[in-house]
Amino acid sequence: MSAGIDTAQANVTATADARDVRAAWALTAPALMLFIGVLVIPLAMTVMLSFHDWGQYKGIEPVFILKNWREIATDPYYAEMFWRTFRIALLTTLITALFGAPEAYILNRMSPRWKSLFLLVILGPLLISVVARTLGWALLFGGNNGLVNKLLMSLGLIGSPLRFMFTETGMVVALAHVMMPFMVLSVWAALQRVDPQIENAALSLGAGPLTIIRRIIMPQIMPGVLSGAIIVFSLSASAFATPAIIGGRRLKVAATLAYDEFLNTLNWPLGAAVAILLLVALVLIVVGSNGLIERRYAEMFR
Amino acid sequence: MSFLELDRVGKQFGPQTVVDDFSLAVGKGEFISFLGPSGCGKTTTLQMIAGFLDPSRGAIRLEGRDLTAVPPAQRGLGIVFQSYALFPHMTAAENVAFGLEMRRVPRAERGERVRAALAMVGLAGYEDRFPRRMSGGQQQRVALARALVIRPNVLLLDEPLSNLDAKLREDMQIELRQIQRNLGTTTVLVTHDQNEAMSLSDRIVVMSQGRIEQIGTPQETYERPASAFVSQFLGKTNDFTATIDRAAAPARLVAGSWSAPAPVGLAAPVTVSIRPERIGFGDVGLAAKIVTRIFQGNHWLFQCESECGSFIVIRQNDGQRQPAEGEAVRLAWRAEDMSLRGAGGAA
Repeated sequence: MSAGIDTAQANVTATADARDVRAAWALTAPALMLFIGVLVIPLAMTVMLSFHDWGQYKGIEPVFILKNWREIATDPYYAEMFWRTFRIALLTTLITALFGAPEAYILNRMSPRWKSLFLLVILGPLLISVVARTLGWALLFGGNNGLVNKLLMSLGLIGSPLRFMFTETGMVVALAHVMMPFMVLSVWAALQRVDPQIENAALSLGAGPLTIIRRIIMPQIMPGVLSGAIIVFSLSASAFATPAIIGGRRLKVAATLAYDEFLNTLNWPLGAAVAILLLVALVLIVVGSNGLIERRYAEMFR
Repeated sequence: MSFLELDRVGKQFGPQTVVDDFSLAVGKGEFISFLGPSGCGKTTTLQMIAGFLDPSRGAIRLEGRDLTAVPPAQRGLGIVFQSYALFPHMTAAENVAFGLEMRRVPRAERGERVRAALAMVGLAGYEDRFPRRMSGGQQQRVALARALVIRPNVLLLDEPLSNLDAKLREDMQIELRQIQRNLGTTTVLVTHDQNEAMSLSDRIVVMSQGRIEQIGTPQETYERPASAFVSQFLGKTNDFTATIDRAAAPARLVAGSWSAPAPVGLAAPVTVSIRPERIGFGDVGLAAKIVTRIFQGNHWLFQCESECGSFIVIRQNDGQRQPAEGEAVRLAWRAEDMSLRGAGGAA
């Protein structure tokens, strides 16, 4: 008897669950359709495109061959170009971490009035057009007469002027500038979680200012630095506008190369292969490092 | 000679005086509480002792040595913060060891002292736990162990128990008192909780608006409050104004139909205050009517209305019959249970 009631109740629960599941699907359907329509399908088509054939006179042939992938794997030109892409992204990440973390720390200690002003200054690069920003940097370096070069040479740090246009240095400098806000905001978010009394606690136990930074503050903002690094690295590795303006067609990175294959050479399948490879490499790097970070800081996030 | 001495200390934030003319001498091994409502300057005073804030005026001396010029890292004080301020990336043992590491205590001795400190606060076996995986009470104990392991001259406690629930807070009060007695560490506690201050301290400094209202033992401050503020802040009290009838011989205190012999040398008008637990229901005394009666387990709480204003009366639940709501009663108390404040101040 009671077993019968239990079963009846279980059935009611099951129906309710089924209804809940259906409702959930129905509610998410519009967003899901959009997601599938504008992201999944084009991405799948790009993957398929990378296996198609292409010829100067015959155009794109919808067949399944590995020609494009073999070319990327064997031609050292592509290896060099990918290394350059990731080298630039890595250097940019290091520079933003080196400057951004102290910047966020200082920002966090400012009085509220100054804080909002300097937050705007830090967000500045995102508010300026990439062309104006890059041109500004080019003018600052500008051969022998640029401000930065003059300063560095008069300080005796460099013997001859640094070249900016068409160089990796230029790309790293310009990218680091525009990526800085992402790092600062990410570290700043981590600093918000730090107990405001914790420095006083360390101070009362006899720690000096440097020890406090190294032993107390740094370990606590490290997750913020690392998540900022992931953002900056993936944005820099896939950046298009800044490398396009500074590197032009002489110094290509993955994004500008894919663009060129699509729009200048018209070799769409090869461009698709480059784009897919960049995507896969980035996803692997981001997911891998994220996993490492979460394992390393598991105790702190719990 | 006093161990820790605050000499006319003042703190100014712009035009605002946060602490004014604060003088206090703390004896070695004494447990002192700064008690007052929020914004009374008690935490500011503690921060000046700790060295996180510089006093605008006055001097702070420890064993006769001026502390003002000593940076906080060299003062050798142990501090427990309201938020505990544990290092979240270090285990309990690493947290406690940090102060010893800064003092370059050798590794072997360090381990020994950390274990002893954690055992003292009842956390033996919790060495490898991270703060985030401990309860509020356990974190509080780690913070206490971390402050005590460096054998501080003075232990400063900034509202250490305010984040704990009531039951745990009571347990911690008893434990804190025992630990402090055993170690004999001079302790300064900042709190807004009068029960905490009374149950823990040797002496209480009652503060209001940056000034000291009274310094005294818990009994003194409770039974002979120096000002209306102290009597209101420490426990419940009944205040009413009385005049002095000098025509009678000897002079009498008069308020409506109530009167009592007046002590000599008191200027009128006089504020009379009586603690609710010192009032009894009798056949003579101030006529009143019970407005509400609340049962609170071990005692009854009565709200009465009389011609001298409303009164709160607390009676032990001793099994005797208690008056009902609406009943007319007479409120009586012994002359020595009254505390009288003339217009000129305390008496």
